[in-house]
Amino acid sequence: MSVAVTIEAIEKRFENFPALRGVSLDIQPGELVALLGPSGSGKTTLLRLIAGLEEADRGRVLFGETDTRDLSLRERRIGFVFQQYALFKTMNVADNIAFGLRSRPRDARPDAAEIRKRVKDLLELVQLPGLDKRYPSQLSGGQRQRVALARALAIEPRVLLLDEPFGALDAKVRKDLRAWLRELHGRTGHTTVFVTHDQEEALELADRVAILNDGRIEQVGSADDVYDHPATPFVCEFLGEVNKLPVKVVGSQAFFDNRPVLGGLTQNQGGAAALYVRPQHLRIVDETPLALPGTVEHLRRNGPLRRAEVAIDGLKKRLDVDLASQVAPAIGERVKLRITHGNLFAAA
Amino acid sequence: MTVTASFRWREPSILPGFGLALGVTVTALSLIVLIPLTGLFAKAAGAGPADIWAVATSPRTLAALRLSFAGALVAALVNTVFGLILAWVLVRYEFPGRRLIDAAVDLPFALPTAVAGISLAAIYAPNGWVGSWLAPLAFRVTIPFTDIAFGFDGKVAYTPLGVMVALIFIGLPFVVRTVQPVLEELQGDVEEAAALLGASRLRTVFCVVLPPVLPALLTGFVLAFARAVGEYGSVIFIAGNIPMVSEIAPLLIVIRLEQFDYAGAAVMAAMMLLISFALILAVNLVQAKARRRYGDV
Amino acid sequence: MSDATLPTAAAPARRETGRARRESRRVQFVLIAVSLAFLLFFLLLPLATVFVEAAARGWEAYRAAITEPDALAAVRLTLLVAAIAVPFNTIVGIAAAWAIAKFEFRGKNLLISLIDLPFSVSPVIAGLVFVLLFGAQGYFGSWLQAHGVKIVFALPGLILATVFVTFPFVARELIPHMQSLGSADEEAALTLGASPWRTFLTVTLPNVKWSLFYGILLCNARAMGEFGAVAVVSGKIRGETNTMPLHVEILYNEYMGPAAFAVASLLAGLALVTLVLKTLLEWHYGDAIAASRRH
Repeated sequence: MSVAVTIEAIEKRFENFPALRGVSLDIQPGELVALLGPSGSGKTTLLRLIAGLEEADRGRVLFGETDTRDLSLRERRIGFVFQQYALFKTMNVADNIAFGLRSRPRDARPDAAEIRKRVKDLLELVQLPGLDKRYPSQLSGGQRQRVALARALAIEPRVLLLDEPFGALDAKVRKDLRAWLRELHGRTGHTTVFVTHDQEEALELADRVAILNDGRIEQVGSADDVYDHPATPFVCEFLGEVNKLPVKVVGSQAFFDNRPVLGGLTQNQGGAAALYVRPQHLRIVDETPLALPGTVEHLRRNGPLRRAEVAIDGLKKRLDVDLASQVAPAIGERVKLRITHGNLFAAA
Repeated sequence: MTVTASFRWREPSILPGFGLALGVTVTALSLIVLIPLTGLFAKAAGAGPADIWAVATSPRTLAALRLSFAGALVAALVNTVFGLILAWVLVRYEFPGRRLIDAAVDLPFALPTAVAGISLAAIYAPNGWVGSWLAPLAFRVTIPFTDIAFGFDGKVAYTPLGVMVALIFIGLPFVVRTVQPVLEELQGDVEEAAALLGASRLRTVFCVVLPPVLPALLTGFVLAFARAVGEYGSVIFIAGNIPMVSEIAPLLIVIRLEQFDYAGAAVMAAMMLLISFALILAVNLVQAKARRRYGDV
Repeated sequence: MSDATLPTAAAPARRETGRARRESRRVQFVLIAVSLAFLLFFLLLPLATVFVEAAARGWEAYRAAITEPDALAAVRLTLLVAAIAVPFNTIVGIAAAWAIAKFEFRGKNLLISLIDLPFSVSPVIAGLVFVLLFGAQGYFGSWLQAHGVKIVFALPGLILATVFVTFPFVARELIPHMQSLGSADEEAALTLGASPWRTFLTVTLPNVKWSLFYGILLCNARAMGEFGAVAVVSGKIRGETNTMPLHVEILYNEYMGPAAFAVASLLAGLALVTLVLKTLLEWHYGDAIAASRRH
């Protein structure tokens, strides 16, 4: 049932705005892929192109071996869940879910009893049994979202596309639905692509994440790949908080202010570079080698962790440091920081 | 929380002038609209049951009422169909002159009815621009083995058809102007959802796009209908005003008045108002029910 | 995100209508053609006819028709009636909008419905009610006659009937606009020490001036063009109680078609000016004129 989706060198512009400039992506059958990026990065356009709601200026999308340009919207068999759900408000839940089945040509249309059974099964699948007679205006946001998903699944889609599926929901419902969607995907195994601007959501849910910026894919990989080994500074910044340190690379060592701060580097040409370090990869240490001296200027709470802002001698911007379980330093205290992990990019 | 049982008929506000503004409004409304209308009903009721019955059931009254209400119904239905198409075209398509056409739709609001009346009469008269083209189109069909026959004798002006032409003219903007903003606000995603679910364009339009537009369409229909029922100026020139055939109810009121039959005029006017108000009330109830179910989402 | 300033590109303001939302070209063409044909036969031909027929006998005949004394008297009377009815309804409309938009009180919805009532009353009935009150056989007829006051078949009757049919126009435009603005501006002005009148004149009125103008425009067009209501109360005495629309009727019924169309062309000109102003207002102040699409 599930099908591979191959995106080949897609280009698309709206009037004078280049939305996509050469995007290629291979999606395996049954894979759950996130398109992650800021607004305007082209992720929604890419999703709509896969669906056939937009036509590419160049390039093509294949479902398996089939070029989708030869397929009508109906023939594509796409399950699409819109950001604002796009439920039909003058139809009740059952009629919404049955709409796709009833839209089939007469010879392929299931009979009324079969449709009723399918609607019932789908409502159970999305954990909304008994709500079939309700109208969309009588449902909560999370319920509407699940009805939209049931409606999309009703046509037995070859590919499931979700546009910011949790964008309009509040934080608590979002988290619940996330876990539920992951589990549902595990059970149904549809090739699934979803768009999000929330990196946490993408990393938690997806088998692979494609990070888009300015109409291009910056990196594709598993959550661990992209988080631990970001291919570009953009990816590194987009996936989480990061401190930037201008360094000079000599041999296998990075120097800041003529002081070695990180060793064991490979594959570097040397010269000026930017070292990206996440707050959790800075540790307050006692010993001097490979350490940055600085002054604690501010302390604050950041979720479960405490966070120190440390002013480094010779650096304008303070560094954010996550304090694990250790005893917190006092404001004004001199400390030494050790970088445990960092990503090195050629200086801009 | 304390429950105050005291009757409070307005919420407190620091803004001044409530008494003055409401006083002016209610006084003017009473003097200009409410008291005169009450006088009308009092006059009609004062005519006595026998006279009321005589006026209400006279064949001429019934023919005039039938023409006004049936003509208004047909005209409002025509305007509903074409008004919806017009609104659709104006909202969704780009074509040269679109903005001009959009502005022109309001012409019947702005053009005095007497002007429209003589102009329509001139166009649709047998020797008029359109009328002379219609004359050769006359036909008559008799359904075999029955006495039922229908046809078109080639004339529009000075027939009930002429009445409908005028009523279509004056009701035209109502449907367009009530449907247009609703069409503009429709979210595109439901149409895309329907298309991706495999619905044909026709099914998408009729099952998904138009149902949410129905309340506005109904409102437009009622406005056009209410306006057409009472219309006078644009109709009397083109109607021919033949008693029992093309004489509208407002004209019969005027004729009764000119014959100093005040009670007869009042009874007819009261009948027209009561029927209109009942229809408007019924439609409002339907609307309220639809809103409760589908929400304003 | 502490210091990550993300590069954001300006997204297109409005996405092109996707292909799933369009009819085929042929369907579009047919629908546009149907619309244009409908408008041609029911709107544009009638409008064009007025001017063509008015010009049929040449400029001299046209000039004569609109400058003969009865026509001039009709023009004067029409302007006079509008000059009284429109300001009256403007003041009442502003008062009604102030009470309804700025205060919460019981019976508000009923009041709104009653203000709209004249829209669903036949103009003929609007005239009739005043004949029944003030006519010779009316409730106050004999008293008025005894005191030598003439209302029906005279100027006061024309004004009353015109006020009745144009009663809702200004209020109808102002109420939704004032409601959408709320009362914060006025409350601010009052707490800053402005007097109520000053607040009203310098804060409230400027805020709603375009929808007010819009309402006055529509009110005026109807007031000058009203036919049915004034026909009933006028008595149609030439040179005295004949407004322009009534003058058009009399000329037309006397088979003076070109003269009727000549006077009608003045009214059609008024309608066109109204339409142009209305359209300009909608294009420039469409957001301010909240209810612009309702009439």
